[in-house]
Amino acid sequence: MTTANPILTATGLTKEFRGFVAVKNVNLSIAEGSIHALIGPNGAGKTTVFNLLTKFLEPSSGRIHYRGQDITRTRPAEVARLGLVRSFQISAVFPHLTVLDNVRVALQRPMGLATQFWRSARVLDTLDDRAEELLEAVNLKSFLHVPAAEISYGRKRALEIATTLALDPALLLLDEPMAGMGHEDIDRIAALIRRIARNRTVVMVEHNLSVVADLCDRVTVLQRGEVLAEGSYAEVSGDPRVREAYMGTEHA
Amino acid sequence: MAGVTDTAAESRPPGLARLGFWMALVALALLVVAPFAIYPVFLMKILCFALFACAFNLLVGYVGLLSFGHAAFFGGAAYFTAHSVKVWGLTPEIGLLIGVAGAAGLGLVVGFLAIRRQGIYFSMITLALSQMFFFVCLQAPFTHGEDGIQGVPRGRLFGIVSLDDPLAMYFTVLVIFVAGVLAIWRIVNSPFGNILKAIRENEPRAISLGYRVDRYKLGAFVMSAALAGLAGGTKALVFQLATLTDVQWQMSGEVILMTLLGGIGTMAGPVVGAALVVTLQNYLSAVGIPVNVLIGAIFIVCVLLFRRGIVGEAVHLLSRRAR
Ligand SMILES: Nc1ncnc2c1ncn2[C@@H]1O[C@H](COP(=O)(O)OP(=O)(O)OP(=O)(O)O)[C@@H](O)[C@H]1O
Ligand SMILES: [Mg+2]
Repeated sequence: MTTANPILTATGLTKEFRGFVAVKNVNLSIAEGSIHALIGPNGAGKTTVFNLLTKFLEPSSGRIHYRGQDITRTRPAEVARLGLVRSFQISAVFPHLTVLDNVRVALQRPMGLATQFWRSARVLDTLDDRAEELLEAVNLKSFLHVPAAEISYGRKRALEIATTLALDPALLLLDEPMAGMGHEDIDRIAALIRRIARNRTVVMVEHNLSVVADLCDRVTVLQRGEVLAEGSYAEVSGDPRVREAYMGTEHA
Repeated sequence: MAGVTDTAAESRPPGLARLGFWMALVALALLVVAPFAIYPVFLMKILCFALFACAFNLLVGYVGLLSFGHAAFFGGAAYFTAHSVKVWGLTPEIGLLIGVAGAAGLGLVVGFLAIRRQGIYFSMITLALSQMFFFVCLQAPFTHGEDGIQGVPRGRLFGIVSLDDPLAMYFTVLVIFVAGVLAIWRIVNSPFGNILKAIRENEPRAISLGYRVDRYKLGAFVMSAALAGLAGGTKALVFQLATLTDVQWQMSGEVILMTLLGGIGTMAGPVVGAALVVTLQNYLSAVGIPVNVLIGAIFIVCVLLFRRGIVGEAVHLLSRRAR
């Protein structure tokens, strides 16, 4: 696994919010088939980088390439259609739809069942088998008909992963997929991520460092919008600057 | 605006859907016998406005977009239909089709320009564009300015049935109304409608799943405009008249009022709201009370006391009891 074959690269990525530079000259290269972690203290700019990569925010400068194609000016829905799909830090479900319906919404588009306004919504029942399979994998099979708003936070995260996986993306960006989960669930989702990463690439923001150590091939550390270090977990965790950043001691 | 459109998303127990179905059947049966007891023109007026409000509700209730310019589609179609049957001598059904197509075309233009804006900006753009259309109607020769298009012949449906017969006209309007409402019902409960619901629930999430949400919104906007046009064209045939009243901003306000009063995001709400407002207008103008003042007052009371509207509150109460 080398960066010789990156699926996604960002060069000189910068984002300014009215004078405040949230992301500063970030270079990233995500190797195809790897699990890549993006870590850093709160406010380091991890979510902003995700927003830039998935085009939910326009970069102030810099370029993004996905599989050799320049996607710097591509619209977010188109990015998703190319196979680069994200989840959100603040759980993003369709709250009044049932757990099953949440996944069906994601399945509708790839199955060509999204624009038909003249047919009964019953045709969507054909998606149930696949949706239930996806929900089984995140242990939500017993919540199929519960409105998403009514399940626990950890389960919402799991639902979000199942919904994202429904698109069978080539590159997944997961923003703190395990936040708010208990130990057991963390183990299950970690195993799931390892399993799904067999034939796709995963970039994840994660605060739980033992998960990162366990799961990720490569780690990029962000601090105040800049890349502080990059390498394997062992390399990065040995870096004194990273330790300092994580101890919370601020530079003068 | 978010508060106004919250209600539609409430999940409803299945028993309530069955109740709704039976009530719709009863209402339909009543509408079939009604013209033998009540003045048909009055009923037809209600049906036209009810369809208009249902079309408007498709957008505000199920997509969450508050258009302030729907008069353009309603009144515009009235002009198109009136002109095609009166000047071009076309049959009423072709005239209606032209009205619907014209309204859809207008909807495409207005929607395209407005859809990228959120919230109040969306409403303002629809208002501004519909005002522009109003001035076009005021100036264009074919609308005959202040006079409007008068003496529109109702003609013969499919060249056979004379619509000058009040009952024939009434049942034609009833069929159009039912077809329009069924179309809306189908759209809302279709795969497409499901995506509209998802967009309303969480737009960024829908985008991240690869949905080009602007196109879905535009699609719904055009459908809503076309159905509003169907209502407007029908009204022109019923009253044999197309005037500036129907393209004025007050008409856009009226349809908002009807929908809000009846219940946004419910199938029956706009119908109830339209029936109520039209009835009130008729009685009040007979008695000589300033209509707008009273309707404004009712509007305020409604917004303050039952924000879900009449049908919305009823559904809410019943589904709470069903739990
Ligand atoms: N839309 C915005 N407007 C202004 N400032 C923003 C905006 N979005 C993010 N920021 C700022 O950019 C910085 C980076 O935020 P970001 O959410 O990317 O951090 P993060 O690394 O994801 O943090 P966390 O671990 O808390 O999720 C923060 O200081 C934040 O306040
Ligand atoms: Mg974040």
